Amino acid sequence: MIDLHVGVLVIGAGPAGLAAAVAAHENGTDSILVLERENEPGGILRQCIHNGFGLHRFNEELTGPEYAQRDIDRARAAGIPIECNTTVLSVSAGRVVTCVSPEKGFRQISADAVILAMGCRERPRGALCTPGTRCAGIYSAGTAQRFVNMEGYMPGKRVVILGSGDIGLIMARRMTLQGAKVLACVEIMPYSSGLKRNIVQCLDDYGIPLLLGHTVTDIRGKERLTGVTVAEVDGSRNPIPGTEQDFECDTLLLSCGLIPENELTSGAGITLSPATSGAVVDERFETSVPGIFACGNVLHVHDLVDYVSEESAAAGLAASEYIRGKGKKELRWSVVDGPGVRGTVPQQISSGLQDDVRLMFRPSGVFKNAVAVAESSGKEIARKKAMIFTPGEMALLNIRKEALSGIPEGSITVRIEGEIQHG
Amino acid sequence: MDKVIICINCPVGCRMNVKLAEDGSFLSVSGNTCPRGARYAEQECTAPLRMVTAVIPVSGAAVPLSVKTSVPVPRESIGGIMKQLSLLSVRAPVSQGAVIVSNILGTGADIIATRNV
Repeated sequence: MIDLHVGVLVIGAGPAGLAAAVAAHENGTDSILVLERENEPGGILRQCIHNGFGLHRFNEELTGPEYAQRDIDRARAAGIPIECNTTVLSVSAGRVVTCVSPEKGFRQISADAVILAMGCRERPRGALCTPGTRCAGIYSAGTAQRFVNMEGYMPGKRVVILGSGDIGLIMARRMTLQGAKVLACVEIMPYSSGLKRNIVQCLDDYGIPLLLGHTVTDIRGKERLTGVTVAEVDGSRNPIPGTEQDFECDTLLLSCGLIPENELTSGAGITLSPATSGAVVDERFETSVPGIFACGNVLHVHDLVDYVSEESAAAGLAASEYIRGKGKKELRWSVVDGPGVRGTVPQQISSGLQDDVRLMFRPSGVFKNAVAVAESSGKEIARKKAMIFTPGEMALLNIRKEALSGIPEGSITVRIEGEIQHG
Repeated sequence: MDKVIICINCPVGCRMNVKLAEDGSFLSVSGNTCPRGARYAEQECTAPLRMVTAVIPVSGAAVPLSVKTSVPVPRESIGGIMKQLSLLSVRAPVSQGAVIVSNILGTGADIIATRNV
């Protein structure tokens, strides 16, 4: 029944999985296996040919493939086996992973610890409830990115982009440089969730209008897309009658957010957080099922790969310690989102902390001259000032381990106070 | 002449007012909250620079080769660089870091492979 047993099994060879595997190796675990669905390691970075990765970690601006290659080289130098073309079908709470590949067929692999590093996927059209026909020519921005950068195909010639996430902005420039006409980038919110740099260098440089507070209200076309209708929205995001404008286009790209890919996670009976759509974890990135860890975009969506690598290295280290029996701990505090805060990770903190705990969360709006505060039993345990908190940038708040000594079991609330601002 | 630009160095996105002379040379900037903003404002208003990334086809490989300029290039040269790249194809194998075109269009930037194929 069980074809193979390993110490640490990592699912996914993107930046998260590779960093976790290398960290487990460096901590002395020698039996490690990484499974990857694609035909080579590197994850989504392989199609992100633009630069801007690695500023925090390497202090230089790399392209996606260059950043990925550094981790691939580290994993290879450590002799960590990466099996590609291998799709994991299920993970059990008893840490048996069922997978299939053309080369080795159907297999069941048991592991002392499993690290979930499957990444995320894009919010699809169906989740946006956009009306209109079911014609060809509608792609998620990342799909278009894959076509253009890895398959060598152009998805279309006249393009409207719905959503102003960074992938959509990057694709506006990419499609333009490859000869397409990008008519507009349409964003329902009054602000863009993309980086300022991408708005300037991907839209403004090419004269592509950014329509804030607008959305697509109709999609037309029988076989292929022929046009979309865009309308302004009111404060409750409902279209305002009379503001409609039509765009003739053959392509609509959707850049409307990312969702952690957690089918395997829920199949294992692991508790998920409604705020992050990822697993509930403690400060060592262990899920509600002992010995199963989660890191990277499958845990919560990041905006910087540098933080994915850092978080995943911590998860790899924790998995490695877990199998050496060093992982014994007791959950002590639960972390709760307060006003202005969404999706704080980790959601739980255990006793006997060896290190400080870094909380990561999304501000729920734009706050200027603001402060993030963590509080427990009426006592402030961490505080951080910032000129700005925006939903487009994950916020970090460190809790020093000393600050938690003497704090009774219970909840820790994280909140942001500041001037709420739009635009 | 006055110009308003948004700083891209960090999420604060300062709105900066730049004063330029008649000949387009930089005079002063206000509205920035740090020195990085001032440097960016001057560069962006006088000689904006951009990195260029693209892919070129590879004979003998299923995936195209991703490339970048070795250094940022003048913004107005992007179109010319893309045009020249569209005429290229390379033969596998190519190693990351290999120079595909040196000193493209006299910009001083090389076109560098960013992956192995």
